[in-house]
Amino acid sequence: MANKIVISTDKCIGCGVCENTCPFGAISLKDGKAVVDMEQCRFCGSCVDVCGVKAITMQKEEVKDVVDKSLYKGVWVYAEQRHGEISSVVYELLNKGAELAKTLEVSLSAILIGSNISSKAQDLINRGANKVYVYDDPILAEFQDDPYSCILADLIKEEKPEIVLMGATNIGRSFASRVAAKIYTGLTADCTALEIDSKTRNLMQTRPAFGGNIMATILTPNHRPQMATVRHKVFKEAPIQEGRKGEIINKNINSQTILNRTKFLGFFKDSSAEVNISDADIIVSGGRGLGNSEGFKLLKELADLLGGAVGASRAAVDSNWISYSHQVGQTGRTVAPKIYVACGISGQIQHMVGMSSADTIIAINKDKDCPMMKTATYSLVGDLYEIIPAIINEIKKTK
Amino acid sequence: MHILVCIKQVPGTTNVQIDTEKGTLKREGVEAIINPFDEYAIEEAVRLKEKIGGKVTVVTMGPPQAESALRQAISVGCDEAILIGDRAFAGADTWATAYAISTAIKTISDFGVIFCGKQATDGDTAQVGPSVAEMLNIPHIAYVKKIEEVGESSIKVQRMMEDGYDLIETQFPCLLTVVKEINTPRIPSLRGKMLAKKAVIKQLNAQAINADTKKTGLAGSPTQVKKIFTPPQRKGGQVFDGEAKDIAIQLVQRLKDNRLI
Repeated sequence: MANKIVISTDKCIGCGVCENTCPFGAISLKDGKAVVDMEQCRFCGSCVDVCGVKAITMQKEEVKDVVDKSLYKGVWVYAEQRHGEISSVVYELLNKGAELAKTLEVSLSAILIGSNISSKAQDLINRGANKVYVYDDPILAEFQDDPYSCILADLIKEEKPEIVLMGATNIGRSFASRVAAKIYTGLTADCTALEIDSKTRNLMQTRPAFGGNIMATILTPNHRPQMATVRHKVFKEAPIQEGRKGEIINKNINSQTILNRTKFLGFFKDSSAEVNISDADIIVSGGRGLGNSEGFKLLKELADLLGGAVGASRAAVDSNWISYSHQVGQTGRTVAPKIYVACGISGQIQHMVGMSSADTIIAINKDKDCPMMKTATYSLVGDLYEIIPAIINEIKKTK
Repeated sequence: MHILVCIKQVPGTTNVQIDTEKGTLKREGVEAIINPFDEYAIEEAVRLKEKIGGKVTVVTMGPPQAESALRQAISVGCDEAILIGDRAFAGADTWATAYAISTAIKTISDFGVIFCGKQATDGDTAQVGPSVAEMLNIPHIAYVKKIEEVGESSIKVQRMMEDGYDLIETQFPCLLTVVKEINTPRIPSLRGKMLAKKAVIKQLNAQAINADTKKTGLAGSPTQVKKIFTPPQRKGGQVFDGEAKDIAIQLVQRLKDNRLI
């Protein structure tokens, strides 16, 4: 039996609610009745839920489990390192991973791959890992897709975890895809929420869809492990518990035979990339309303005073007022600071998706009706060249 | 060299707007375009051809309408086009999409490099490119921002990372996903537009590529969409108007009250 959406033409009143609800554009009205384009339909069931006259029914094929799921136990976090340092997203994943492991009543493991990194294993235990698998070999010093993906895929096949979490970093996104492709399992990118369905033990992975205005909850119901990537700053870091006990398992690789079809020739640091705005707790951002590159000096002054970093909208970057590494938004960085100060940024949706999870948003703009001013926690109406110096002045007084 | 470039047709706006009153999606007037990141992949493929010779074949998977994306790619220098399409592919997630594309590419044996955009703006997963490479059993380098050197049997590229770039070398055949820093895509020439109009698009369905339909489309997808919902919209807060000094005093007071500074 194939998947089917059936619309009862007797019951359908042609109200169009389903047409507007379908996220895939699969429903249209023809002659006053809803019609489904089966090529577009993803069988999410949204239309069934919204139909006021119960005209829509869904028959979903029961897909059999591809693997024996009962063999898969435990939550894993890939402990990404760059130049020998653990990425902070790993500590965030350990925090979430511990919560998931507790719900599932299983253990939490971290997988550490690199060179001269064995000493970092205890850090991962201090952050909540029960077990750390360590692959320490000179050939693994720098990230390369082939050896890293072979190691992780082989260990997954051997140990059979039910969940594998990775950072949605350039490294994580690049080789998680290869691992999922190798073992034929689902991989969900950029999750913003992870929960366990207690009945099925499935991981409910929620991520923004269609640019962030809609959220989708995604399951990997019949394959294992369930793999997900999560961006930096989505979850809070696990606290450090000094001297926590855990198991460290040193694994060996055969550096002669391991697949490695790329050659790492060197790393070139970008000094402008030092402004890692995704790490900042406070970001003072500027947009077209600044009018010129000089305006960023003023923003820098405020940012320095608050101990924050300077961000920018795409408009400001495209005008060459500031470098790309400062750009916040869909084509720039996603940030989730405690305070986001948007100066002269109208709030194009592409910008909003990059910063809307900030705790507090302060908008400064002449136009009180622009989207940013409409959504900000505090909207300051006026000339930013008058307001920002006044704020700087005021903060200095309190210090 | 036979160079391939994989593209995707996506909705022209990256955001489906929400009708806030009804809480439903607004779809009207959304035109289909080539995924913006794929435009850089097309340009880089054409530049490589111009440098070392050969031909560029552009590949997409999608409904019949995706043909327009392929013709657009031909107008900027691609030579041949393949449309992978079948009802059996509908509803595919990234795994099943990569399976269909890689299975189709296996019918082309002589390729040297496959270019992809780093991700598509509708799904934003960045997963299909590396997955295709894995399924073809070839190396890949993601986030390529510059090709430094093209040798007889290998290529040297800059891989963009969060803190700078890595210089990586790999052998042919390989797959590269590119970022927008890599080039500035050209505008179609008049001749290009003429060629695009006349081009014959090769159609490949599931049978033609000998795909295992248990691994394609919705049924072959490990991930399933369980539900779709509208996140609670962020509500506006307080508005401060008036003299700059008064605004500043009120704001700083508010921040102090909430222990934000």
